[in-house]
Amino acid sequence: MSELHSTVSPEELHAVHTPPGREVAVDLVGVHKWYGEFHVLKDINLKVHRGERIVICGPSGSGKSTMIRCINRLEEHQQGTIIVDGIELTNDLKRIDEIRREVGMCFQHFNLFPHLTILENLTLAPIWVRKMPKKEADELAMHFLTKVKIPEQAHKYPGQLSGGQQQRVAIARALCMKPKIMLFDEPTSALDPEMVKEVLETMVSLAEEGMTMLCVTHEMGFARQVANRVIFMDAGQIIEMNEPEPFFSNPQHERTRLFLSQILH
Amino acid sequence: MSMTFDDGTFIRNEMVEPLPPPKQRIGAVAWMRENLFSGVLNTLLTVLGILAVVWVVPPLVRFMIIDAVWTGENREACLGPEVGACWPFIHAKFGQLIYGFYPISERWRVDIVFAAGALLLVPLMVLSWPFKRINAFLFFVAYPVVAFVLLTGGNINASAFLLERFGLIGGLVGDAQIGGVNLVFWVDYVLTTLLVMAAIGGLIALLGGSGRSAAITTLWVFLSLGLVIFIWDVDVGLDYVETRQWGGLLVTLVIAVTGIVASLPLGILLALGRRSQMPVVRLLSVIFIEFWRGVPLITVLFFATYMLPLFLPQGTNPDALLRALVGVALFSAAYMAEVVRGGLQAIPKGQYEGAMAVGLTWSQMMRLIVLPQALTLVIPGIVNSFISLFKDTTLVLIVSIFDFLGQLRASFTDPNWATPVTLYTGFAFAGVVYFLFCFGMSRYSLFVERRLNTSHRH
Ligand SMILES: Nc1ncnc2c1ncn2[C@@H]1O[C@H](COP(=O)(O)OP(=O)(O)O)[C@@H](O)[C@H]1O
Ligand SMILES: [Mg+2]
Repeated sequence: MSELHSTVSPEELHAVHTPPGREVAVDLVGVHKWYGEFHVLKDINLKVHRGERIVICGPSGSGKSTMIRCINRLEEHQQGTIIVDGIELTNDLKRIDEIRREVGMCFQHFNLFPHLTILENLTLAPIWVRKMPKKEADELAMHFLTKVKIPEQAHKYPGQLSGGQQQRVAIARALCMKPKIMLFDEPTSALDPEMVKEVLETMVSLAEEGMTMLCVTHEMGFARQVANRVIFMDAGQIIEMNEPEPFFSNPQHERTRLFLSQILH
Repeated sequence: MSMTFDDGTFIRNEMVEPLPPPKQRIGAVAWMRENLFSGVLNTLLTVLGILAVVWVVPPLVRFMIIDAVWTGENREACLGPEVGACWPFIHAKFGQLIYGFYPISERWRVDIVFAAGALLLVPLMVLSWPFKRINAFLFFVAYPVVAFVLLTGGNINASAFLLERFGLIGGLVGDAQIGGVNLVFWVDYVLTTLLVMAAIGGLIALLGGSGRSAAITTLWVFLSLGLVIFIWDVDVGLDYVETRQWGGLLVTLVIAVTGIVASLPLGILLALGRRSQMPVVRLLSVIFIEFWRGVPLITVLFFATYMLPLFLPQGTNPDALLRALVGVALFSAAYMAEVVRGGLQAIPKGQYEGAMAVGLTWSQMMRLIVLPQALTLVIPGIVNSFISLFKDTTLVLIVSIFDFLGQLRASFTDPNWATPVTLYTGFAFAGVVYFLFCFGMSRYSLFVERRLNTSHRH
């Protein structure tokens, strides 16, 4: 694993570990969620500061996706408070729209729009949500496509791109909304191994720019390199939360140790 | 990588004989062997197919062309033994088949409507031509309004909208007419608009929405509706032609086009309603869809024609054709709703999540992401509905509206053309006409499907 160590220079590593600000970007307080009888999230408490990078790991079905999907209201929580960028999530549709404008998200299966070209995928939200003129939106989209290193694919359709390219388009699509917070839900786990690196590199460069990020991922090399904190979840609870170094070298809980031993070997 | 090739153990010393070239894959014989006679079953089917063609086609060609009578003034021409189709009969009845009993001196109005429809439809259907937005506006909004004025003559004499039905306005403004337009109606209309605006705005505001924008939306709806009514109400100097005088292909096309154009948006709304999170909306959509799907179209038409007047208040007696139109439109909307729902169900959840995550509102998500994909998927089903709607229009015959087929059957009773072959000729002609329309729709849908698919499927 951790092929990433070789890809990023020490200077970059230093840049990545600049301390985050004190302002709170995402605040989850006593959050509970049920699917019918099933208690998926149990008393989740998490404060993410602006500029902070959080990596969330844990066994499948532990509620990682559910937790980050609550942050932009793709899932509704039933108890507790979630405050994103100073706005509390309630049933008020206006607030939900407002929060979704500020929070970008990347999914395991990209969820690009297959009937639109790459460029249209990127400009859709700026044009319709931010009411940006088309020309300006095109320029913005090309800027971010260049950033994720695939400007030449702008006029193709998602189905014509490789998985890694599609995921980078998905990242660019989220960035076009100039989000303050980015959520990643296992962005590399549907990819062939040789494509994982290109997506992780894109995410690292995003981290270097100080983006607030919450990433569900099992790429521990990425976690070590980029994260300010690593969170381990199991059975709907946050079991352990620590800085990457102590988290990996000296996990406090038996379950964390077991999980890490399974994933690292 | 340190493999060695130098021991020479697996290097050939002699060239292998080249393989024979693959069997001939071009040429008619090869094609036939591959596609028609590739096995026992296939050969059998091919033979049966050829037999069927031999059995059906020559008699048909003989009847319609070789033995057919092409000229003549009346039944005498088609009386001989062994005659085929009696085309002079179709020629003599052609006007009736197209226009029904529309006054001959006014038929130019129908011609204009046909021509304008074709002129607007063709550029709309060629996908690569520009100005789609304005073209669609002209075809779907301006054209029906103008066609209505041309076909009926306009000047609908709007006299009461809502309040006047309770006698609230007449007393206030008297019986004033300004330039042939009834003042009572327009005072009524404006007051009703204000009332409805206040009601809807207030309700939405109470429910926590933006009352102001709801009121403004209502105003726009009433403004555009008012404009349409006004255009229909002014006297443009055309003679009034009752819909009872319409007939033939004109009626077939009016019903089919209205049905098609109205059923798609209605069907989409119903399909969305049926999948809505709101229980009331969902329940109402389900009831509506299941009601119309559970009732035969004949029953709907009978009800609309003979029973509806019993329920409507005295004095309101909507036009018979209009009632049939509404019946057909709602009926086909219910079927369309189910077709569209099939498409909606095929859209993966990830598309909704992707759209929500970038901040699109619900209506933007539906309009820009979900519906374009869902509708593309169900084009075959949609066109299927259109085709069956087109053919079902013939059922209006039973409520005494004479569409193309009805007009044809009416012309059979003309003693001037009573021959043994009149019936066959008429139905052969009707078959060809219906086939051309339906086959055209079918081919066009295939073309659209292919165009939309090549662009983004793997
Ligand atoms: N829509 C749903 N309805 C019912 N149960 C669900 C739903 N979505 C997820 N779950 C359950 O919730 C648990 C947590 O899911 P998830 O957050 O996706 O886990 P993770 O991302 O950590 O693998 C799983 O046991 C899953 O089966
Ligand atoms: Mg998950």
